[in-house]
Amino acid sequence: MLKGRLGAVLFQLIALVLALGFVSLILISAGASPMEAFKNMFTGSFGSMRKFAEVLVTFVPLLLVTAGLLITFSAGLWNIGVEGQIVLGAITTAGVLRVFVDSTLPPALIITLAILGGMIGGALWASLAGLLKTFGGVNEIFGGLGLNFVSTALTLYLIFGPWKRDGVASMSGTEPFPDHFSLPQVPELRISLWALGIAVVGIVFVYFILQGTYFGLKLKAVGKNFRAAYLLGIPTWQYSMYSFLICGALAGAAGAMQVTAVYHRLIPSISSGYGYLGLMVAMLINYQAIWAVPVALFFAALNIGSIQLPIVMKLDSSLAGVLQGVLVLFVLLMEGARQKFVKKA
Amino acid sequence: MNVELKNIHKHFGKTYANKGINLAIPAGTIQGILGENGAGKSTLMKILSGFIQADSGGQIILDGKPVTIHSPADAIHVGVGMLHQDPLDFPPMRVLDNFLLGRSGGLFPNRTAVARDFSLLAEKFDFSLDPDSYVDSLTVGERQQLEIIRLLWLGARILILDEPTTGISASQKTKLFATLKILAEQGMTVIFVSHKLEDVEHLCSQVAILRAGELVGEMKPPFSTTKLVEMMFGKAVTLGERLTAEVGDAILSLNNISLEDVRLKIKDVSLDLRAGEVIGLAGLEGSGQGMFIRACSGLVRPVGGRVQLKGHDLTGKSYHTFKNAGVNFLPAARLEEGLVPGLSLTDHFVLAEQPKGIFIDRAAGEKLAEDRIKSFNIRGTPLSTVESLSGGNQQRAELALLQTPLSMILLEHPTRGLDIESVIYIWAKLKERCKQGAAIIFISSDLEEVLQYSDRVLVFFSGKVSPPIDAATTSVEQLGQLIGGKGWPEKGGSHA
Repeated sequence: MLKGRLGAVLFQLIALVLALGFVSLILISAGASPMEAFKNMFTGSFGSMRKFAEVLVTFVPLLLVTAGLLITFSAGLWNIGVEGQIVLGAITTAGVLRVFVDSTLPPALIITLAILGGMIGGALWASLAGLLKTFGGVNEIFGGLGLNFVSTALTLYLIFGPWKRDGVASMSGTEPFPDHFSLPQVPELRISLWALGIAVVGIVFVYFILQGTYFGLKLKAVGKNFRAAYLLGIPTWQYSMYSFLICGALAGAAGAMQVTAVYHRLIPSISSGYGYLGLMVAMLINYQAIWAVPVALFFAALNIGSIQLPIVMKLDSSLAGVLQGVLVLFVLLMEGARQKFVKKA
Repeated sequence: MNVELKNIHKHFGKTYANKGINLAIPAGTIQGILGENGAGKSTLMKILSGFIQADSGGQIILDGKPVTIHSPADAIHVGVGMLHQDPLDFPPMRVLDNFLLGRSGGLFPNRTAVARDFSLLAEKFDFSLDPDSYVDSLTVGERQQLEIIRLLWLGARILILDEPTTGISASQKTKLFATLKILAEQGMTVIFVSHKLEDVEHLCSQVAILRAGELVGEMKPPFSTTKLVEMMFGKAVTLGERLTAEVGDAILSLNNISLEDVRLKIKDVSLDLRAGEVIGLAGLEGSGQGMFIRACSGLVRPVGGRVQLKGHDLTGKSYHTFKNAGVNFLPAARLEEGLVPGLSLTDHFVLAEQPKGIFIDRAAGEKLAEDRIKSFNIRGTPLSTVESLSGGNQQRAELALLQTPLSMILLEHPTRGLDIESVIYIWAKLKERCKQGAAIIFISSDLEEVLQYSDRVLVFFSGKVSPPIDAATTSVEQLGQLIGGKGWPEKGGSHA
């Protein structure tokens, strides 16, 4: 039975083996032992509680971004601008925190406001790409890409301009916020259970929208055939805008987590490439929300595990990115092969 | 070119689309392939033209030589060209670019020479195609014409036409038939796939009948209609009695509306449509009826005049306002405009009901889908995606999307691609809607259908619109003349 679900899983497993094999070849050609590299990556991510906590720190924003992208992909949109939406989420969060830096309001309230602000900031930034597409006829890929560059420039401007540290502005970012402006963390570890909770709520929310609501069904109809969806009575461009807003809000939440739970300030590369990584995760899981958690966790583990490589084996830590990219390519390739196979059988 | 098909099998999952088909077509023949929807006609033709491959064991023999055809490119290489029911072209590109595509060799095409070839071919068959216009501005009929001359130009010596007469007018059909007869005389093999008995009887020099994937019989002229129908369906059918519903309150009132697009201008049309009434729009493809029906649905905004629905002025309002006021429009392009590929039948029926809540009621949705599938006789399950259905079943699915109640139903080619039994069945459903107080406007290029099911008919001829004609007292010949531009009053209407 190679046609059913089992077949699909089998083909994906083959893809995984091929990807590992391909990366092994690269490692061998660089004179390193693949087994040792993979072992180091594994112990680097799951070897201790502290390391696993680091994996979760990466997992949180990646999961939020993936959740948001599932919405825009369902609406048939390539929201490349997600990277900038994370950045704007982080900027707005930092902005709100700055406003309340001398306030006597309870910190919990301020953090909540800051996170909500981040979500709104991300959503508004996403709505720019949406407006450009709807009213300006600018494809969301180009609009989003352009806005990503603008968001980077805006971050640098703030860090070296209005929000610069007292004394000297530096690439290490703005002045860190006081400790009570951070989401509570597990003692001795860098992970905040609150952040983890927010990410899980995000993906569950998206799962239910797509699986169980009329909103989700209409979104899919718009994504699969814009014209027919309009004739069926769905307000199509509005639904495209909603999907941008939701994705932007989730990406903004990811940016807010980066500020309130990880860096406690605004830094130049605050989005850490999670937007592009999220695009890869979404493609890898074929836009099915149910697979977002394990795959995002796996990608986060690769990112963290590879940090060991330069230290232990004198290999570059970009190996994680190579493995992730190769994996996506092989999975897409095997999916194509499977469909051909199923047609013939 | 002599064509021989030997022992062709093709199965999709557990169902056989073709089962051991043997057929010999000598050069110079116009071979008719008859059969109802899902009989396996399209599958057989797609195998011959390389779109799909037959199961192993069969053979395709051209002029005595066995050939393997893996792709449409292979097919055209050995001289097989297929004209699909839904034209496979590139709408965002110009006519001439479409014409050029598929021609191998040469990095820089000689556009002047190609344009000359194009004009010569178009002239030869009396097709009026502008090489510089964009394909998406053409009608289905014109796109078919483009495809025919393109295939001839590419060197097709076997021309397969899948339901070629569905999108085009009577006079275009006459033109097409004359062309096909000339081509056959020159030794070309023409395969004419249809379920229109009249066309097949009129044109073909031999006919093969398929039913449920099997070749059930062959016939040469003189044809016996009764026998052909028997072989197709297993029993005889006729169109049935004319039905007229009681006419009720005013539904749609058009007051001197004018419409415009790049090619056509329609001026000062007035019409009053009452509940229970059916109005047929007849005319060559692209004579303005498509624009007219879209104006009635709010998809096209009139440049002048007023549109009233049940006494409310809806001039210039959006399609969704019309829809909320009880107007449904079903377009002809099923998978492009009417249905959402990738979504299931259940999804479609649920969406068409304009659900108000937040959470999907799956049980209710599936029940709804099962009811509709049953009552519209769709071959599929609630979870079937629409693109997995055959053309006729997609058409029925589209009709099953109509909401209840409705004041006005607008249909573009509602029975295109349906066999005669389904046509009767669908119209019975639509007439039921009339009894419940809906008014219907429909476009069809089948003149018999127009006269059979309309109360009044509007004829379109390059932007001119006739006054409403009583369908009961008009003959097919009279209608055909009007469509062809004969018998119009000297100063009647105006056009671009």
